[in-house]
Amino acid sequence: MKRVYVNEKWCLGCHLCEYYCAFASTGETDMARALKDIRINPRIRVEECEGISFAVSCRHCPEPLCVKGCITGALRKIDGIITVDRNRCIGCYTCILSCPYGAVSPSEDGAIQKCELCIKTHEGTPRCVLGCPNGAIVFEERGE
Amino acid sequence: MEYVIIGNSTAAVGAVEAIRRNDKTGKIVIISNEKYHVYSRPLISYLLLGKTDEERMKYRNDDFYSEHRCELKLGRTAQRIDVQEKRVILDDGESVSYDRLLVASGSSPVVPPIPGLEKVRNKFTFTTLDDAKSLEKALFENARVLILGAGLIGLKCAEGLSKRNVEIICVDLSTRVLSSILDDQSSEIMKQHLEDHHISFYLGRQVTGFKDNVACLDDNDEIPFDVLVLAVGVRPNVNLIKDIGGKTNRGILIDERCRTSIPDIYAAGDCCESMDISSGQIKQMALLPNAYMQGECAGMNMSGVDCIFDKAIPMNAIGLFGKHIMTAGTYTGQTYYESDGKDYKKLFYSNNRLNGFILIGNIEKAGIYTALIREKTPLDTLDFELICKTPGLMAFSRETRAEKLGGVINEYLGSPVGISCVE
Ligand SMILES: Cc1cc2nc3c(=O)[nH]c(=O)nc-3n(C[C@H](O)[C@H](O)[C@H](O)COP(=O)(O)OP(=O)(O)OC[C@H]3O[C@@H](n4cnc5c(N)ncnc54)[C@H](O)[C@@H]3O)c2cc1C
Ligand code: SF4
Ligand code: SF4
Repeated sequence: MKRVYVNEKWCLGCHLCEYYCAFASTGETDMARALKDIRINPRIRVEECEGISFAVSCRHCPEPLCVKGCITGALRKIDGIITVDRNRCIGCYTCILSCPYGAVSPSEDGAIQKCELCIKTHEGTPRCVLGCPNGAIVFEERGE
Repeated sequence: MEYVIIGNSTAAVGAVEAIRRNDKTGKIVIISNEKYHVYSRPLISYLLLGKTDEERMKYRNDDFYSEHRCELKLGRTAQRIDVQEKRVILDDGESVSYDRLLVASGSSPVVPPIPGLEKVRNKFTFTTLDDAKSLEKALFENARVLILGAGLIGLKCAEGLSKRNVEIICVDLSTRVLSSILDDQSSEIMKQHLEDHHISFYLGRQVTGFKDNVACLDDNDEIPFDVLVLAVGVRPNVNLIKDIGGKTNRGILIDERCRTSIPDIYAAGDCCESMDISSGQIKQMALLPNAYMQGECAGMNMSGVDCIFDKAIPMNAIGLFGKHIMTAGTYTGQTYYESDGKDYKKLFYSNNRLNGFILIGNIEKAGIYTALIREKTPLDTLDFELICKTPGLMAFSRETRAEKLGGVINEYLGSPVGISCVE
């Protein structure tokens, strides 16, 4: 299965992936207009410290602890992709307590949010990958 | 192969999903005395609150049983197990034969032996959908609801009732709310927060008797009430195994393959006791993630794939009136502590390992702490000072990070965390 892989050597710490992620979920066509004056809450997050930076998003684990622990069944694995049914999620955050990568975060409306590889909004390559100017995030299959 | 599962809740679903990974044709029979499609038990308080409904409470989709080819016997109780004949005998005399049996019978609410309890009108326990429905029917405007127990279930019930125009009073033997998962200071923060939301507490008090619908406390206080909710704890349902001489303590004893002491009989979930690896103690961990993962492990082994689950730890994520608490592991060792009186963070560590933590408020990336406990990560392999302040992958070595974010994910060996299977 194709996944998002991150190589911190190439990460510029520009946070563009975060903006592309936030933009992807708006459904708008113009990025500048869509994100104007809002504080973005992206599903991919750049960690930064003393000159090191890298982006973190869901690994789509083959044995996903978030899915196994989800108290409502809102999180599911569909064709290898871990997705959330936001209508069923109750915001208990058990998945945040379970995910070893810190890849789940609260959203504005009480449900959680996480990377779903853009399957709900776009075809093909996830937007963070397309938006990364330095190839630090790639979408590929690696020897599975 | 004939699989029989007693119980139709989280552990049962974990088992069914695992069995069907390995065995597409074997027969699976599920027996449960609750008559519903599998639902999420923790959601019963959200149902009272109006934040969910019966449709959305379903833990799996409507086609779950047909897709996984399960035969259902709902509204039926498994009375006993005939080990010689390998059969489960139901309440109406029917018997169901098994090759592999899973007991996923969960737990039952404890009803304390308080004098006068039998005469109390409108009394309820709070662990099933039917409980929630009957409690809801008994409510009326300005009713006084007395909840016995300020633990997880009692307080979730209180929150569930909070939009109902009722007065909520909570009594607990302990001097602290959520005493099993919080320490003094964090408990005090939550108590304040709950009081701000109009829940009144009588803590460190005991109800010594009831005079009809008046509770008498050990210090001679009397609390009149209209509705009583008993939420003093749950007890594992062990009798099916105990009756046939299987090893039980407070819960059913299982090994790391979720086998009971009786051949071909497995057990998983709230009916069991298991090893808490953060303390090394055998205990009951009545929590949904553990129930799923034990059920899954049982299901793997029942369907012939050797699999162990040896990573159980107590872990709680609980939100009350918008404030989120996360706790995990055991509270021993040295501590790292931060608090501004509203938010709270305490990490417990010793011998180069993280043992446990309590977080209130800022719960971002808490799973990174949970993983340190679960994986017993040596703390000297990471920047502990940094991770105490902010949980993140930054605290790990560059190599570990490269592995975590760029490493090949092996579908077959499973992730390096959680359940491990030898296939
Ligand atoms: C109000 C409430 C809130 C909760 N909140 C949380 C939470 O936020 N997070 C969390 O992790 N956990 C929570 N829990 C705990 C969680 O619900 C349990 O850990 C989980 O449901 C355990 O699943 P189980 O499959 O082991 O057993 P159960 O869910 O208890 O199911 C066992 C089933 O077996 C049936 N059964 C038993 N004996 C027989 C028999 N002889 N014949 C036929 N059927 C039988 C029972 O009727 C029951 O339907 C909460 C529980 C309650 C009550
Ligand atoms: S959210 Fe976390 S645990 Fe779940 S699949 Fe993604 S990385 Fe794995
Ligand atoms: S917050 Fe939502 S998705 Fe996460 S465990 Fe709870 S119900 Fe499931």
